[in-house]
Amino acid sequence: MSDPAMSADSCAEPVVQARGLSVGYSTDAILSLLDFSVGRGQTLALVGANGSGKSTLLKAIAGLLRPMGGELSVLGGLPLATPARVAYLGQFHPSGFVLPLCVAEVVRMGRFAARGLFGKFGPADEEAVHEAIEAVGLSDIADTPLNELSGGQRQRVFIAQALARRAELLLLDEPEANLDAASRTNTRRLFAEAVGRGASAIIATHDIDAAAACDHTMLLARRVVAYGPSAQVLRADALLETFGVVGRAEGDKVVVVGREHGHEGCDHAD
Amino acid sequence: MMDFLFGPFIHNEFMARALAGGLLVSLSCAVVGTFVVLRGLAFIGDALSHGVLPGVAVALLLGLPGMVGAAAGSLAMIVGIGYITRRSSLSSDTAIGLLFVGMLALGVVIVSRSRSFSGDLIHILFGEVLGISWADVAGQGGAALAVSALAFVCRRPFLLLSFSPEQADVSGFPAKRYHSIMLLMIALTVVVSFKTVGTLLVFGLLIAPAASAALYAKKVRTMMALAWIFGALSTYGGLLASYHLNIAGGASIALVATLLFFAALVGKRFSSTKHRTHHGSTA
Repeated sequence: MSDPAMSADSCAEPVVQARGLSVGYSTDAILSLLDFSVGRGQTLALVGANGSGKSTLLKAIAGLLRPMGGELSVLGGLPLATPARVAYLGQFHPSGFVLPLCVAEVVRMGRFAARGLFGKFGPADEEAVHEAIEAVGLSDIADTPLNELSGGQRQRVFIAQALARRAELLLLDEPEANLDAASRTNTRRLFAEAVGRGASAIIATHDIDAAAACDHTMLLARRVVAYGPSAQVLRADALLETFGVVGRAEGDKVVVVGREHGHEGCDHAD
Repeated sequence: MMDFLFGPFIHNEFMARALAGGLLVSLSCAVVGTFVVLRGLAFIGDALSHGVLPGVAVALLLGLPGMVGAAAGSLAMIVGIGYITRRSSLSSDTAIGLLFVGMLALGVVIVSRSRSFSGDLIHILFGEVLGISWADVAGQGGAALAVSALAFVCRRPFLLLSFSPEQADVSGFPAKRYHSIMLLMIALTVVVSFKTVGTLLVFGLLIAPAASAALYAKKVRTMMALAWIFGALSTYGGLLASYHLNIAGGASIALVATLLFFAALVGKRFSSTKHRTHHGSTA
C-alpha cells in the first residue's frame, strides 16, 4: 500500500493515469516527466505555493491545456472525451463585473455538459441542482443574483455548480478559497461524501490539513518534491522545500524562520 | 390624446414602417445585446458597428448594395481583431480600439473623396428610419428570426461563456467556436440594422436595453424579454418624439434608450435601498 501506483493498480482501471507527462505553457514546461495515477474513489492533493504548477497540472487533466509530452488518460480516454463525467472547479479571479444571474441559474449550468445543446432538462437534473444548492447552504438565496453575494457565497455557488455535475472525477482548484471555517468544514464533508459514492478527486491546495485528508499527496515546486500516501509525504522537511521556506521542525510543529521568496504558503503544519 | 400617441403611426405609412422595422431591430438587439452585456463585449459591439462604415462606403462607390459592404466591413473587423490578439501580446481592447478608429477614419476618407456622399454619410451613421421600405422591414424580420434561432440553439454554450470560457470548454462546448458564432451574431445584427438606426446608433439599441434589463432580471430569458420591452419602448417613444418635435428618428430612438437606462438605474437605486434594510449583509 505504500506505493501509490500499486494501490491504483488494485482497481481495475485508474481514473487518471499519467506517464512521462509534461505540462506548461507554449514552450515553457512547468512540470516534466510526471508519473502518477488516481484510482476509483481515491483522492489526490496537489500541494505547492503559487506558481508551483498545481493549477497547470489540473488544467491539463481537465483538458484545458494540451500536454507538452507524455501520456495522460482520463476515465480511460483523452482528457475532455467525456465532459459530463468530469467536474472542474477553476480559480476565479474576481473582476469588476459579476453576472447578474441568480444562484440557481448559475448552478444549473453544471448540468449543461450532461445535456448538450438540445437535451431536455429532466427531473434528475432539477434534483441535482436543488440538492447541490441545499448542500452548500444557499437555498434561502437561490433567487439572489450572483453580483449581490459575498466572495465566500460566490465560491459556494461555484462549488454547487461542480457538485450538480454528479461527476465521477472532481478536479478542484483551491476549492476553499474565500470560505470561512464553517463553510470549509461543510465543503470537505461534501467532497468526502462524493468520494464515498465512488467519485475520485484531485484537489489543488496550499492547506496542509486539506491535503492530509486525501489518500495521496503530491508536493510541487515546479517539480515533484514528494509523492505518496499523505501521511508519509506531509512531513516538515518536504513541506519546507515545497514552499521555499527556511525553518526548522520542533517536534510536531514547523517553525518558520524566513522565506526564500514571497510566495503565499503555510505558516505552520501540525 | 389618443391621436397624439397613435395617430402618427395610423395615418402615415412611413411611420408604421419605421415602427415595424424598429421593433424588429429591438428584438435582434435584445437577444444579442443580452449576451453582449453578460459577456462584457460592449467594446467589440461598438467596434463592429463602426467598422461597417468603410464597407458601406466602398459598396456605394462600386454601386453595390450597402448591406453587402456592411457585411464585408464587419467581417474584416472580426478577422482583424482576432489576428491582432493572436499575433501580439496586446489585449483585445487595444486591438479593437486600434481597428475601430482605423476603420472609422478609412470610412470618412472614402466618403470625403466623393461629393455626392456627404449626405449618404449621415444616413450611414444615423440611419434613415423614416425612409425604410417594407422590403427592409422584411429583411429585418428575417434577421431577427435568424438571430433568435441561433441564440436558442446556442443558449447553453453562450451562458457558460458568460460565466467562464473555461467552464464552456470543460462542458464540451469549445469556447473559441461559440465565441466566433457570437461575434457573427453581433455582426449580423449590426449589418441588417444599419439602414434603420444607422451604424452609430445601432450600438445604443444593442447595449442600452440589455443593460437596463440586467439591472432587474435574474434569468437570461427574463433579461431578453425585458430588453425587448425597453427596446420597443425606446423605438416607440423615439419615433413619437421625432414626429412631434421634428427631430432625427434614429437619434431619438437611441436617446430614449439611453434615458430609459438612467431611469432604470435610478429606479434600481431606490428599490435596493429599500431592499437593503431587509437583508443587511448581502453586499
